[in-house]
Amino acid sequence: MLNHKLKLSAGAVLAVFAFHAQADEQVLRLLTWADYAPQAVVDQFKKETGISVEVTLSNNEEMISKLRATGGAGYDLVNPSQDRITGPAKEFGIYQPIDLKKVKTANFIPSMLESTKKVTGLGGKVYGVPLFWGTDGLVVNSAKSKAADYSDLCKPEYAGKTAVRLKRPTLIGMAFSMGKDPFKAYANPKQYEAIMTAAGDKLISCKKNLKYFWESKDQLLNDIRNGEVVAAQMWDAGGWKLNTENATIKFIAPKSGALGWVDTFAIPSKAKNLDAAYKWINFISRPEIAAKVAKSAGSFTAIKGAENFMDEVMKKQLAESFPPAALKNIKWYPAIPAGLEEVDGKVLDKIKASN
Amino acid sequence: MNTLTPKRLTLYLLLAPAILWLLLLIILPHVGMGMISFRERIGPGEFAGSLKQYRTFFEEPLYWNTFVRTAVMSLIATIMALVMAFPVAWTIAKVAKGRLKALMLAATLLPFWASELVRTLGWLILLRGSGVIPQFLAFIGVTDQPVELLYHDATILVGLIYSSLLFMLVPLINALETLDDSLIEAAYDLGGNRLNILRKIIIPHAAPGIAAGSIMVFMLTLGNYLTPVVLGGKSSMWFTEQIYTQFITRFNWEQGAAFAFLLLGLSSVLVWLGLKITGQRFADAMRRT
Repeated sequence: MLNHKLKLSAGAVLAVFAFHAQADEQVLRLLTWADYAPQAVVDQFKKETGISVEVTLSNNEEMISKLRATGGAGYDLVNPSQDRITGPAKEFGIYQPIDLKKVKTANFIPSMLESTKKVTGLGGKVYGVPLFWGTDGLVVNSAKSKAADYSDLCKPEYAGKTAVRLKRPTLIGMAFSMGKDPFKAYANPKQYEAIMTAAGDKLISCKKNLKYFWESKDQLLNDIRNGEVVAAQMWDAGGWKLNTENATIKFIAPKSGALGWVDTFAIPSKAKNLDAAYKWINFISRPEIAAKVAKSAGSFTAIKGAENFMDEVMKKQLAESFPPAALKNIKWYPAIPAGLEEVDGKVLDKIKASN
Repeated sequence: MNTLTPKRLTLYLLLAPAILWLLLLIILPHVGMGMISFRERIGPGEFAGSLKQYRTFFEEPLYWNTFVRTAVMSLIATIMALVMAFPVAWTIAKVAKGRLKALMLAATLLPFWASELVRTLGWLILLRGSGVIPQFLAFIGVTDQPVELLYHDATILVGLIYSSLLFMLVPLINALETLDDSLIEAAYDLGGNRLNILRKIIIPHAAPGIAAGSIMVFMLTLGNYLTPVVLGGKSSMWFTEQIYTQFITRFNWEQGAAFAFLLLGLSSVLVWLGLKITGQRFADAMRRT
């Protein structure tokens, strides 16, 4: 009896090991944003390469925190924003340089690839290639509000009907709408702190006007839908989603400029399945696949030719939200130097605690 | 197997998961956290031992205020949970009999089959400006317009009490069930009235249960993260939220670890104080939970 049990358990252990060994070869562990790896695309990748993709959903801060906890292990590929790569790479060593020879660089829009190479460059090496770009701006119910810039959210006529996120983009956007340029001050911590403090004070005086600091996208979208919020700071994809449902709700680029982000591919320093990571990058950067993912994410890609496969509705929404001047006026995030977030953090805490 | 091994070995083997659990998942991480909390970043990836994190806490009124606020609101929630749970526990333990009793117990347990998140979101639907309760109040004319009931401190309290009520109820029911009814009858015979029977017989008997329930509810609310974040408004700071922010969005593990230890210290001190003041022993209270 005992013998029989032993055999059984030995068999089970072997099976587990075998499964594990197999898993090592065929799995890509992807740490990414919601909607960046739609099931249809994951299935197609599995069909073409035999590699299954394990998707973990996250956001910029969590990506860094997760990788920091393991020293860059646990995932094979990540999609952080390009300004959040060199700082943590230097500080925590969580990313490894990308071997551009293994990436089909011809698939990318050259100007975007060059810009990302510059922003994610560290010690002569490149740590990211671009995937999607998008903007932070205002979602406005045009029937009930004429808000055109971040500072308009503080106007008394919208009291109790506006919302922002209590995160650094809000401070940055507010600073721009006050006529300051926080990006230029990145290299000068003193000046940066002064700008952020001023933006924070503005938000403190504006706090009574806000319905809440929104945390979850769905909460905000619902309240805009039912009219409880008439103008809010939000990113473009959310605004366009509402615009598709109800044409009076629009995503607009603030007068002082929308804030532009680029999400990238970056490889953690202790990634196990490098081969699969590069395969996924090259798979996603095929125009027809990129267009599919872009549709699911509601963003625009850095991939050449993807626009030919794009949704007509999205193209129209982009054109409406961004007349050529507004497109030119997008303020792209430069790489954040390590330690700068501490300044933002203190200001954000102060806003939250104020009455 | 059992016949082959001595009883002692069996005992150790049975205890092993619990001991491993304690050691690997509670003691070791706390030692690690403690070490992190006593260091300071001096350069990229370089750290030195320091008390800076604790100093920051005492020098920055913001963190202090959040800390005190969290403690005070948790205390209020605990007291209110006790006041609300006591009559219910009495009814279930003493008044209800047979099937009704089982039914009432099940009714208190049932909401906990849904996850805490779902229950908290339920409050969101009830209390939001366009939600059920404000609309109803406006409809019957109590308010002119639907008022926003969400995002106040009172909303957080409602959510906290709701999510922790069960943990007050169960030890209370346990304690009250062991109370011999003849004691109460005897007290009436000896001329006692309701108030002094409650004060001199029922409450002293239920005291370990009250202590146990209060400790549990206090710990749960103090360490709650979800409810204050979901139901809290623009100014609602909760200390666990601070810890989360330090760890996850600020990448400041050192500060976060220091905060975590301060919270642990706070809850230990307050529980100890509570037991001292009410003259309860920790071991008695724990046996009731």
